[in-house]
Amino acid sequence: MAGLVTAFLAVVALAAVAALGAGAGMANVFGIAVPYVAVAIFVAGFIKKVIGWASTPQPFSIATTGGQQQSLPWIKQSKFDNPSTPFQTVVRMALEVLCFRSLFRNTKLDNRASEGRVGYGSDKSLWLFSLMFHYSFLIVLFRHMRFFLEPVPMVVTGVEFVDSILQIAAPTLYLTDVFFVVGVSFLLARRIWDPKVSYISLVSDYFPLFLILAIALSGIYMRYFAKVDVIAIKQLAIGLVSFKPVIPPNIDWSFYMHFFLVCVLWAYFPFSKLMHLGGVFLSPTRNLPNNTRMVRYINPWNDPSIKPHSYADYEDDFREKMIEAGLPVDKEA
Amino acid sequence: MYNGKYIIPGLIIFLALVLFPFIKGAGLGPLKVETEKPKNSKECVLKTEKMRDVHMVLLNEWRDDVIRNGKRVYTNESGKQFNMSLTNTCMGCHENKDKFCDKCHVEVGVNPYCWNCHNTSPLKKEGEK
Repeated sequence: MAGLVTAFLAVVALAAVAALGAGAGMANVFGIAVPYVAVAIFVAGFIKKVIGWASTPQPFSIATTGGQQQSLPWIKQSKFDNPSTPFQTVVRMALEVLCFRSLFRNTKLDNRASEGRVGYGSDKSLWLFSLMFHYSFLIVLFRHMRFFLEPVPMVVTGVEFVDSILQIAAPTLYLTDVFFVVGVSFLLARRIWDPKVSYISLVSDYFPLFLILAIALSGIYMRYFAKVDVIAIKQLAIGLVSFKPVIPPNIDWSFYMHFFLVCVLWAYFPFSKLMHLGGVFLSPTRNLPNNTRMVRYINPWNDPSIKPHSYADYEDDFREKMIEAGLPVDKEA
Repeated sequence: MYNGKYIIPGLIIFLALVLFPFIKGAGLGPLKVETEKPKNSKECVLKTEKMRDVHMVLLNEWRDDVIRNGKRVYTNESGKQFNMSLTNTCMGCHENKDKFCDKCHVEVGVNPYCWNCHNTSPLKKEGEK
């Protein structure tokens, strides 16, 4: 519970700092300095983290075996849950990264009073809302490229057209805005109200959720309520990406709040659980094929000067002593 | 580093994606949007800055007033009255959609559906040149 309150207050404080600071003549800091620093931390931190993971030896092949492994030809292998070839492993990875397959198998222990027992039932809500949240986030991020690219590419306007296809209100309502908030709210509510999840939740679990929710809500406020001057904001964004930063007048405080929270997200990203963006590709339990009966897995920290010592060699070393002690040997002396 | 042949290309793709706006944007000049100023009028329905931010809200209100409430006259803060019409009032002064409306809309990738139904210039009455 302390984690929940700390994370909430931290996000409120960050939002307030930007909203008040930008109004008090610090627009240069929040509009120019902070974004550059945040992107630098994000890129450098992300690469450092991935290289750190990649430099860590992987002593065993620990692929998860979620189904029948490759066996005799007449036993059906579950190819993508227990892959044995590189191609099958790539398919398993793609299903995991794009479809969150492991969440699809999420189960819930429930009390079946009428049957007089407890049992495991399917619980797909986490899968559904996670998928909704992540894909909405991706589309929202992609739509934002209209501010950073000049001219706006056709594909961005195309996504925007589909996203606002219901033509509700003006400016038109983006469907992903709704899905995004619903998705992240579910993930937060689950952490708060599911006792099993709440028990293991820390500040570092709540903080990204509150931060992302605050980013979404401030963005929604800017677009649908404050109606900020979009051209001025694009001038600022283009100034940043062209390395000729400017602070146009007529930018609402809500923009600086939104932008600063996004910068905090960038800078915090490499040091947080959000690094599962990079980490999912480096999970040994997912990205290794279960082929240890076909290919010998070599522990990379083995000393190469120590050669394998077979049983036959062992028997050669100790044959006389073994016979003396009455132990059976494969080859008589 | 282990598995460099997979991880290094992965990191290069990551860098290219993240830095794409900077690579594309380096060398761009400052962004300027020049809209055509009306020739025959100096004052808009609302102040220019206000218009810039909330014109879409105003148009939505006008639509509701005209279509649902049957009200066709809008009185602004200084008491001036306007016919609530996109084509006749707005585009009576801002005559050229390409040189006025589209300038900003295209710039930020917005595609309002106003002109799916509405004409882009006031209809000339019969016999009028």
